[in-house]
Amino acid sequence: MALVLNEDEQLLSESASGFFNEKSPVAALRKLRDERSEDGIDRSLWREMAVMGFAGVVIPEDHGGVDMGYMAAGLVAVEMGKNLTASPFLSSAILAATAIKTAGSDVQKSDWLPKLASGETIMALAVDEGRKHNPRLMETTAVRSGNGFTLSGEKSMVLDGHIADQLIVAAKTADDKITLFLIDPKSKGLTCERTVMVDSRNAARVSFDDVTVTADAVIGEVDEGDDVLEAVLNAGRAVVSAELLGAGTQAFNLTTNYLKERKQFGEEIGRFQALQHRASHLYCELELARSAVLAALTALDAGVDDAPLTVAMAKAKLGSVAKLAGLEGVQMFGGVGMTDEYDIGLFLKRIRAAQELFGDENYHLDQVGRMKGY
Amino acid sequence: MSDLEQFQKETRAWLTENCPVEMCEPIEHEDDACWGGRNFTFKNEAQKLWLERMGAKGWTVPTWPKAYGGGGLSKAEAKILAKEMKRIKARSPLSSFGIWMLGPALLKFGSEVQKLEHLPKIALGEIRWCQGYSEPNAGSDLASLATNAEDKGDHWIVNGQKVWTSYADKADWIFCLVRTDNSGKKHHGISFVLFDMQTPGVTTRPIKLISGRSPFCETFFDDVKVPKENLVGELHKGWSIAKYLLTHEREMIGDQNGITRPMHEIAAGMIGLEDNKLADSILRAKILQTEVDEWAFNQTMARKLGEAKAGASLGADSSMLKYYGTELNKRRFELMMDSAGYEGLEWEGERSDDGRLARSWLRTKANSIEGGTSEVQLNIISKHILQLPGA
Ligand SMILES: Cc1cc2nc3c(=O)[nH]c(=O)nc-3n(C[C@H](O)[C@H](O)[C@H](O)COP(=O)(O)OP(=O)(O)OC[C@H]3O[C@@H](n4cnc5c(N)ncnc54)[C@H](O)[C@@H]3O)c2cc1C
Repeated sequence: MALVLNEDEQLLSESASGFFNEKSPVAALRKLRDERSEDGIDRSLWREMAVMGFAGVVIPEDHGGVDMGYMAAGLVAVEMGKNLTASPFLSSAILAATAIKTAGSDVQKSDWLPKLASGETIMALAVDEGRKHNPRLMETTAVRSGNGFTLSGEKSMVLDGHIADQLIVAAKTADDKITLFLIDPKSKGLTCERTVMVDSRNAARVSFDDVTVTADAVIGEVDEGDDVLEAVLNAGRAVVSAELLGAGTQAFNLTTNYLKERKQFGEEIGRFQALQHRASHLYCELELARSAVLAALTALDAGVDDAPLTVAMAKAKLGSVAKLAGLEGVQMFGGVGMTDEYDIGLFLKRIRAAQELFGDENYHLDQVGRMKGY
Repeated sequence: MSDLEQFQKETRAWLTENCPVEMCEPIEHEDDACWGGRNFTFKNEAQKLWLERMGAKGWTVPTWPKAYGGGGLSKAEAKILAKEMKRIKARSPLSSFGIWMLGPALLKFGSEVQKLEHLPKIALGEIRWCQGYSEPNAGSDLASLATNAEDKGDHWIVNGQKVWTSYADKADWIFCLVRTDNSGKKHHGISFVLFDMQTPGVTTRPIKLISGRSPFCETFFDDVKVPKENLVGELHKGWSIAKYLLTHEREMIGDQNGITRPMHEIAAGMIGLEDNKLADSILRAKILQTEVDEWAFNQTMARKLGEAKAGASLGADSSMLKYYGTELNKRRFELMMDSAGYEGLEWEGERSDDGRLARSWLRTKANSIEGGTSEVQLNIISKHILQLPGA
């Protein structure tokens, strides 16, 4: 078990930490928000992240990536979580790259992987529908027509969908069968509405009104997108868990620092045992959360059979722990915790959004039960 | 084949050859555990044989040096041994306060003579130890202990009372905190001494617990003569030894990870499945949460042990493991009782094995008290890890 970081991993973690602290501290997110940035991300930051190898972190070397695996991706995500960095890392570097490298044709791989690795192309995954993540309830259909398919339906929470150059779309091609398609968002019949979210990040609602695509748009085999989609989602879940770990940890650090500074009744509020015990409990929860994330990333890289179970457990755990860190943070900051000026509220908001992505705690607990047969 | 692979192969072969099949069955009763000591009655021949064979190899204490009766294994080898034992579900050959608590403290603070005298007997299960820390007026505030040791030249005369001394009535020797100096701050003047429970003046009185059992005692010292060579470490400076020992004790208590069936299987057996899900959907959700926490906790235990050097104490993180592991164990047993319903309440008779579940459930309540309460562990985390003011 690689739950203890080796030297390379330690170094990567440190360099990612230095990079994000300098290039995209929390102030950078505020700036994007306050300037009502058209893109909602900083494209020059994304190019620099590509130069660092982050955009190609899971892409094979012969397609321009650095092929460092999900552990490395997760360690980068932890640092992004600490800094609330907004970037297409999750959508392009993790979800899209995983989809194309696992199931794409040779042509798709050589067309797109290098562009994903260089940051030149941004891709978004359109899978969820309605309010909650639940691929089992998918309604978007792709019906064969001519030598291609016609898609209809509506997708929600398409991360970075508003700036995507290409969309990876999951649709039903038979009752219980899913197929993945690579689709140009400018296709006829496709509309994309940017949705600004509570965490100042952006997603899109995408609707397909008889959008036609040719057979080469299919990623992998027709009717066999289920397994690919699961692999893609599990990569996403593990990396979001890592981001939640970063965000939760940083929220906790801000909080314990505040406990040492703020005075009431003539002493630091960190002297009050009621607060000490809550902070100590949260410390323990975050230690468990860290182990859970490292175990999930390790399992993904090792490709072990119980990786889906491990990822589900990790996402469930991180959903609850990171939320607790956000909630306790705002409470312990008191009134200033409610102000826009203090960062703690931004962490609360990001955590709320990230824990919802690709299944919240409830969803994943249920999944764990299904996988274990109870 | 690498050295470790070779070691694994040999270990597997040795265990197959030497571990009696009875010792691969899950621990069901308290007397399934082997505690050793002068007065111990083995439950069966297999239990005795297993202890002797493992003891002879030093594998009751795999990482202790061979000179002190240990196996002299590296951390990696010990991990393999543990894994191979787990593979065949082998029971631990010996449960022992000597192994979990006193041993690590003697290895760090004991004199060479003390190590050679006591450690091999611990390893072989020949001498059973008890822990004389708590007193009626010194529980969480342990350093306020008052058991007095009066200097008589080459020995001390000890007078006072300990309480909650687990298995004092069954133990051969005691490691005991006594006050040798009253003049300074309370943490100063505490000394860490060892003595035989058969020394004249030592008496024990079992205390009955809410589980109906009496695993611990009040222990009285009435002019007990303790030779000076039985002092461990420096005079008046026993507090740091006491604390070091506690970090090991806490790791052990936190690790409630015995070979038990998963909670959901037990619950399914009790309340049944509907559409492949536990019939009670709210209980199902609670069990799921608890099992995910158990998993994350076990990963954390493995990670923390992986990060530490072989045999080293985890320091304040042992408080984290102690706090979380024991609270988790209490949650687990609450859910077991929820699943068992009326049947879980049966206290006597064969059907309930004399109230085994109910009594075990009650026993877990002590987990968050013994070895320092949960509140005390949270205090330690606040002070030593989070460095909050005044903690
Ligand atoms: C099953 C069992 C086995 C034991 N075995 C042994 C043994 O072998 N040897 C031995 O020496 N001792 C043993 N003990 C004793 C154990 O270590 C003490 O019970 C424990 O340290 C608590 O002390 P106390 O019982 O005096 O409780 P108290 O210290 O009186 O605590 C009462 C309550 O007050 C809380 N409290 C106390 N101080 C604080 C504080 N500063 N901040 C917040 N809350 C506080 C506690 O958390 C607890 O909830 C055993 C106990 C049990 C239950």
